[in-house]
Amino acid sequence: MSEVNTSIDPSIIHATDNSAAEVCMNVNNLSLYYGDSQALKNISFQMKRNRVTAFIGPSGCGKSTLLRCFNRMNDLVESVRTEGEIILDGKNIYDRDIDITALRQRIGMVFQKPNPFPMSIFENVAYGLRLQGVSRRRVLEEKVQWALKGAALWDEVKSRLDDNALGLSGGQQQRLVIARAIAIEPEILLLDEPASALDPISTLKIEELIYELKSQYTILIVTHNMQQAARVSDETAFMYLGEMVEFGDTNKIFTNPGKKQTEDYITGRYG
Amino acid sequence: MDNMNTTQHISHQFNAEMQGLRNHVMSMGGLVEQQIISAVEALQSLDAAKAEKVVRKDHKVNAMEVSIDEECARILARRQPAASDLRMVVAVIKTITDLERIGDEAEKIARMAVHMSEQDSHYHPRYAGVQHLTSHVSSMVHETLDAFARLDVDAALQVLKTDEVVDAEYQAFMRQMITYMMEDPRTISEVLDIVWAARALERIGDHAKNICEYVIYLVKGKDIRHIDIQEVEKDIRS
Repeated sequence: MSEVNTSIDPSIIHATDNSAAEVCMNVNNLSLYYGDSQALKNISFQMKRNRVTAFIGPSGCGKSTLLRCFNRMNDLVESVRTEGEIILDGKNIYDRDIDITALRQRIGMVFQKPNPFPMSIFENVAYGLRLQGVSRRRVLEEKVQWALKGAALWDEVKSRLDDNALGLSGGQQQRLVIARAIAIEPEILLLDEPASALDPISTLKIEELIYELKSQYTILIVTHNMQQAARVSDETAFMYLGEMVEFGDTNKIFTNPGKKQTEDYITGRYG
Repeated sequence: MDNMNTTQHISHQFNAEMQGLRNHVMSMGGLVEQQIISAVEALQSLDAAKAEKVVRKDHKVNAMEVSIDEECARILARRQPAASDLRMVVAVIKTITDLERIGDEAEKIARMAVHMSEQDSHYHPRYAGVQHLTSHVSSMVHETLDAFARLDVDAALQVLKTDEVVDAEYQAFMRQMITYMMEDPRTISEVLDIVWAARALERIGDHAKNICEYVIYLVKGKDIRHIDIQEVEKDIRS
């Protein structure tokens, strides 16, 4: 009898094989203090390249604070002290000689509330490019078109690129902001509850976008919506009171988590 | 993970739905258990009326399966359960399929009883093997429902082991029946009915075993189907 191949084609399963992925960033013993109070407690984990990592947890657990550590946004807050290291390409991003502007070009961020600038759709996307010194119209046009296509917005706005971006719907504005973030071609995208203010259809578009973008970017997403984390991420981290309680394969976290606290949170039980 | 308390959700409504789901599975299990016992009693006493009653009652088992299936679909759609809640719903969907099939097997035994009574057959003492099979199989079903109710992995493992005993007993009984048929071909028709009934009992054991595998999946999150029992034990204890 010939051997029957019973394995399932991995392309039909949403999540990809995490074990084979290359490490993108290493977080080692990361702690963060706002004055005397400790917001992140000794966090260590590895982030895989071209994968989506979701941070879930109740409000105030430190997931947004953790996300902001990756492009050193917390530096803007007075009285913040960070310990430990985040290694990107063999270098700690908290080293003194790190150029923060260059770092933020490599690590783009999108916030909960879409924040388009009060200028045209075109100029919103071209903004970062102009800051980088790109001024030739043709180059700008190409890049803007590429970014808007990447953010799945091109077809909806191509005939009105000169309109004010504030006239777009919430879902379109959020995709515009993502286009602005990817226009400067970062390696890593940080998404802080990118769909929490959007309707279900716009949310699905953003989620579809995340799925498509991960072939080019490493994505970190903070979300309050657990089903969203389950849908879009390859790996999930559950955080509670500044600690990373559990980190692992999303399939495992949502079907058979290892820790009781994780189980209680994702099943909506009393902790 | 052994955190299976279904009554601690922040949503009281969800607690009630999950508790209701388990209760309905237990009621369906109770009905199925009763069907097996009545069917075998009807066979042993060749009581056609009792057997007919079992046949008629099978639609209740089917209706319960449909209704619990709907309940599961509703919970999946409205609650999007995760982790142990998700495993519970998945396990219930699978469990009720096996319970419904156990009901079908009980119905088959009852139909054999009706057939035998119509043929004026006798329930000969040499069919005592059916009695042994029945006592093992009905206790398997009982233990299975207990394991499901208490989410008891050890009890589920015990049922998996009993199934091996039932399979061996069934094989021995079959050899014995073949010998009878070869020795006295006039008994073939009657013995075949008994053989079909024994076969149905053996299948009930297999379904009980399946349900115990779902219980282990539900409690431990491990899929142990198609794995050797010794391996399963080692895996679960690790």
